Amino acid sequence: MPVSTNEQGEPIWRLRTSRAQWLGYLAWLAGISLFLLCWKLISDNTMWVFVEDAGRQGSDLISRMLPPQWSYAHRLWQPMWDTLNIATLGTLLGIAMAFPVAFLAARNTSPHPLVRSAALVVIVSSRSINSLIWAMLLVTILGPGVLAGIIAIALRSIGFVGKLLYEAIEEIHPTPVEAINATGASRMQVMSYAVLPQVMPAFAGISVYRWDINIRESTVLGLVGAGGIGLQLNAAINSLAWNQVSVIFLMIFVTVLASEWVSARVRRAII
Amino acid sequence: MNAARERLAEQGEWRRLPLIGDARLRWLMVIGAVLYLVLALSTISVNWDRVAEGMSRGLNFLAAFTQPDFISRRGDIVNGLLESLTMTLTSTVIGVALAIPVGLGAARNISPLPVYLLCRGIITVSRTFQEVIIAILFVVMFGFGPLAGMITLAFATIGFMAKLLAEDIEDLDWRQVEAVRATGASWLQTMNHAVQPQVMPRLIGLSMYRLDINFRESAVIGIVGAGGIGATLNTSISRYEYDTSAAILLIIIGIVLLSEYSSSHVRRWTQ
Amino acid sequence: MLTLRAVTKRYPTGDLALNDIHLSLPRGQVMALIGPSGAGKSTLIRCVNRLVEPSGGSIHLEDTELTGLSSGRLRQARRAMAMIFQEYALVDRLTVMENVLSGRLGYVGFWRSFLRRYPKTDVIEAFRLLERVGLGHALDKRADALSGGQRQRVGIARALLQDPRLLLVDEPTASLDPKTSRQIMRLIRELCAERDLAAIINIHDVNLARQFADRIVGLRGGEIVFDGKPGELNAEILTTIYGEEDWGNEEGEEEDADSAVQVTPAPALAMGGGR
Repeated sequence: MPVSTNEQGEPIWRLRTSRAQWLGYLAWLAGISLFLLCWKLISDNTMWVFVEDAGRQGSDLISRMLPPQWSYAHRLWQPMWDTLNIATLGTLLGIAMAFPVAFLAARNTSPHPLVRSAALVVIVSSRSINSLIWAMLLVTILGPGVLAGIIAIALRSIGFVGKLLYEAIEEIHPTPVEAINATGASRMQVMSYAVLPQVMPAFAGISVYRWDINIRESTVLGLVGAGGIGLQLNAAINSLAWNQVSVIFLMIFVTVLASEWVSARVRRAII
Repeated sequence: MNAARERLAEQGEWRRLPLIGDARLRWLMVIGAVLYLVLALSTISVNWDRVAEGMSRGLNFLAAFTQPDFISRRGDIVNGLLESLTMTLTSTVIGVALAIPVGLGAARNISPLPVYLLCRGIITVSRTFQEVIIAILFVVMFGFGPLAGMITLAFATIGFMAKLLAEDIEDLDWRQVEAVRATGASWLQTMNHAVQPQVMPRLIGLSMYRLDINFRESAVIGIVGAGGIGATLNTSISRYEYDTSAAILLIIIGIVLLSEYSSSHVRRWTQ
Repeated sequence: MLTLRAVTKRYPTGDLALNDIHLSLPRGQVMALIGPSGAGKSTLIRCVNRLVEPSGGSIHLEDTELTGLSSGRLRQARRAMAMIFQEYALVDRLTVMENVLSGRLGYVGFWRSFLRRYPKTDVIEAFRLLERVGLGHALDKRADALSGGQRQRVGIARALLQDPRLLLVDEPTASLDPKTSRQIMRLIRELCAERDLAAIINIHDVNLARQFADRIVGLRGGEIVFDGKPGELNAEILTTIYGEEDWGNEEGEEEDADSAVQVTPAPALAMGGGR
């Protein structure tokens, strides 16, 4: 923070130097013009007639959603159970695959730089592609059903769990590793005695966290045919049965909130 | 118990302490887990003929990655990408801007109870529903196109950012706030001088992270008609044009990698 | 039993940590390695069990040449040289017993160690060692629940369970208070005598080195500048090792402090010194 003096010899205090100030203004200008440009592109692709109608459409939607058709709820238990299974089994499968990948991707446990890059590619590809896209692909390959959903969730989870876990592995204390190495332990024994105990709490926390996210993700997989409550949602929307849609929404809302609560409790217990 | 274990150890009998002390509870949990797995796995029904038929498609898809086709649907891909990117940028800017007041309102230590409950409500609704579900509603209200997508992503961004921001504010260093207040500063001045400097670096980091998430999500909300690259991808997959799908997926992975790389730079630069 | 010939270590950064070290250690000798920080003490003992790969020279443990061993052979050789660390290097989340038993990792297979099914004789010996270092009651405690001195005792028990012929000890007292430091040094000294072990002890504290070692080697800038009996260590030699300082004065002060400590636990001390 420079302090300079003016002609009268009084100190002037400014937060930044003027050069940095100019750069700051320029950055803001560039950012705002970029934003406006993007906004223009969107507005060009929008039918504003529909948008003017949005308020009426919205209130119309709500009036058709209410009151919810409660009798529909009993047909949702089975799909909800499927959704939970997709999330849980998918998470289990995902963390089972993510576990070795993370060890291969962490700088301090990877056997070879080439293996490490390969593991990182797996993690990045899995992270970049949404589970819904995986589900679309898998449905064309495996056919519609719960299995496609489980595998889609698992494939997406590899990247998430793998990334957080390998970061945790890279942050372990190196001295216990050195000590176990000095006893003449094999590579696998060093992993199981020096590395594993140090990353186990992080691993459990990450897995439960991902399970909670997966519950939310698996509610929509049915839209592309991969099982779960999304199938019902899709059917209800296609038949414009909005009073059924509202029941489904409520159901999803409660389930996701419950899973978030469970996951937060478990994570607090671990840490 | 300890003395008993000592005596056993003296005679060479030693087993690891079980994770759960109570043997009955331990077995109950094991049986529960096995029972759940059996029940959950039994819901998976696989049509093996369908899988066998799909396998060749799966192989085609994998083969497509070796020769992705960027050319034949170039126009659709470029348009979709441009839409995705503009949606990402505008929604992040708008979402973060709106998340700041919501986040302030949802911090228990600086806002009155009614405001707190309202803001927490907004956050919960926004976080509970998967982006695709929100997109369905906004598409009904605003018509097909990127505007609905942008509003969806902005809404999701509010929930994500506001929650983390509120948590940050709730555990910020209260002494600094009091020090500024003691000078007789107004509420806005307190925010500007005591709260903002403490939460700003993390806010920028989180915005970059959210930008990344929004891009990935923009690739799927197109499935329900909310614009972006998702629509192009969806079409290519349902037409079995796997070489085009592969090209799109590679582009998505590339952009996510690029943004991850640059966001780590931005974060280093701002901290 | 341990012979180093022309051992050199140059780190990839270009720093020469060890330069042409010749050293030989007979059976049962306790040798203290002193020198300023960065003199290469840590590097030297890590070169012996190859936690750090030496860049040149040869190291013989009895008849085995260590520097050329394949990784499988190296594991076998490491069983004979146990290491004790400065920050104890215990695995915090494992229990005391698990930490001690990890000393047997070089002898048991992966699944046995993973399932913690150690042979009976190993468990008996592990418990005996725990009792010997005074921690038999703590076998199910987690390592991070112990105090610094207790942790170092667990570290010692783990090292001894390896059934080594050589102890490599890296700054065993650096994180401990003066009284605990003495107790730990005395314990190491006693155990070496009981089992006829040779030991290389890196140590900062010259007075501890003088009191507990049979032989002192001074290292400076990666080279040996002194090698002799503790009695031969005088102000002039300390100056060549550490650089100019008013040694006489400090020694006097330290000795005063020593005698103050020595008065209270006198019987134990007699045991330690009575070899």
